[in-house]
Amino acid sequence: MFKILKYTFYDLMRSRWLYIYAAFYLLLSVSLLWLGGSVSKAVISLMNVILVLVPLIATMFGVMYYYNSREFTELLLAQPVRRTHIFFGQYLGVAGSLSLCLMLGLGVPFIFYGIFGSTEIFNFTVLLLVGLALSFIFSAIAFFIALRNENRIKGFGLAILSWLFFAVIYDGMFLLALSLFNDYPLEGFAIGASLFNPIDLSRILVLLKLDISALMGYTGAVFQKFLGTIIGIACSALILLLWVVIPALGIKRIAMRKDF
Amino acid sequence: MITIQNISKSFGSLQVLKNLDLDLKQGGKITAILGPNGSGKTTLIKSILGMVLPDAGSITFEGGAIKGKWAYRNRIDYLPQIARFPENLTVHELLKMVQDLRGGKPQAEHLIERFALKPFLHKRLGTLSGGTRQKVNIVQALMYDSPVLILDEPTNGLDPVALLELKSLLDEERKNGKLILITTHIMSFVEQMADEVVFLLEGKVHFRGNQQQLKERYNAASLEHAIAAILKEEPLEISANGHSKTKARLIFSTS
Repeated sequence: MFKILKYTFYDLMRSRWLYIYAAFYLLLSVSLLWLGGSVSKAVISLMNVILVLVPLIATMFGVMYYYNSREFTELLLAQPVRRTHIFFGQYLGVAGSLSLCLMLGLGVPFIFYGIFGSTEIFNFTVLLLVGLALSFIFSAIAFFIALRNENRIKGFGLAILSWLFFAVIYDGMFLLALSLFNDYPLEGFAIGASLFNPIDLSRILVLLKLDISALMGYTGAVFQKFLGTIIGIACSALILLLWVVIPALGIKRIAMRKDF
Repeated sequence: MITIQNISKSFGSLQVLKNLDLDLKQGGKITAILGPNGSGKTTLIKSILGMVLPDAGSITFEGGAIKGKWAYRNRIDYLPQIARFPENLTVHELLKMVQDLRGGKPQAEHLIERFALKPFLHKRLGTLSGGTRQKVNIVQALMYDSPVLILDEPTNGLDPVALLELKSLLDEERKNGKLILITTHIMSFVEQMADEVVFLLEGKVHFRGNQQQLKERYNAASLEHAIAAILKEEPLEISANGHSKTKARLIFSTS
């Protein structure tokens, strides 16, 4: 698996798109840090970008990589390697190289800004970890969708739809449900519903860490009230991890049964 | 070496292989697997390699069932039909990768020389022409000394010089006692190279024998004519989308 991961990584790290991706974060962090003048403001602004952009790029990259390397995968399948190792190697290569871009793009400006001497270092670390988790989650979902759909157009469509669902539609439905049923106690529902959306969950995680109640929104406040900050963070981090594991298990299941 | 017993495979409602039996025991010869489009050639090859999982039946390789196994593929060299590799890797890195995955010591040098690939070794695969990629494909497939060689459309995009090299290479491998399976649509290549022809029709082995036997049986002057005669004789199930069950007769002009 590590051999395939290594070469997938080599291949992707020379892709122009990944340079653009890293450069975008670099420019964004530089401008937010030096123009905004405060680490916590920069972290919040970056959070809003990362929560939408990281899932989108991870989804697109995952699907594109799978379909683009379809023929090469056939060559790999004819080698003395386990099937699951091929797909996990490719998946981890994609998620890993996206993560590296994110780390470089965000990390370098923050280090030069003096994050290590700042008390905000933990807030920044949580933001970075959330970005990495979202890269892994959405590229796993993308690989899962691509493996299930031989038809590229359908696969692309479904992958974009899944991103749109988690980034936009889910929140709309969630708000609609809250306003329709606001005569009932909704705390339990609110917590449950946000667990099912990795983007919401990531937002809560960052905001809990930042401890900015004004920005926390309903679910964030409920999370804090019921679980407290520390347990809240631990819980949401654990569930984010589950969001990586479950699609990965899906990848394994399909990889074992699929005809190529 | 390879025993295929009673395998069947359907994709949706389209049955591609129907209780197919095939025994490939003897090394030192080139077997061409032929058949019209959709007759199951690629599915058969991919079943041997474990890429397609048959619905029923069994395949054994050197005495052991291949189902769920992967290590046996170390004894098979495979040339895929489409030579598309990771665009940003160089030729050298690709060959290194195959070596990393398979272990052992490949003999790539003489192949690189024969196919004049030296100037391309450190070029990215995405920048190479289709023919050059196919040469790289041949090098990665033939650089190991495995007892079984499976080539899917090996002549794709090759220039005449490379084609001659490929033919002489296959001749050498045949003399080395390897079992070589080839699928191709280029009949002249089959006529020159194949010791044996396996003709698939509607998911079954319709004919197996040498070229002379095939021509005699269908009273044809050439391989192309013999194949046209088979297709004329056998009403084909036309199933472009896999749903139609109507029988139709395919008409070929053999003049």
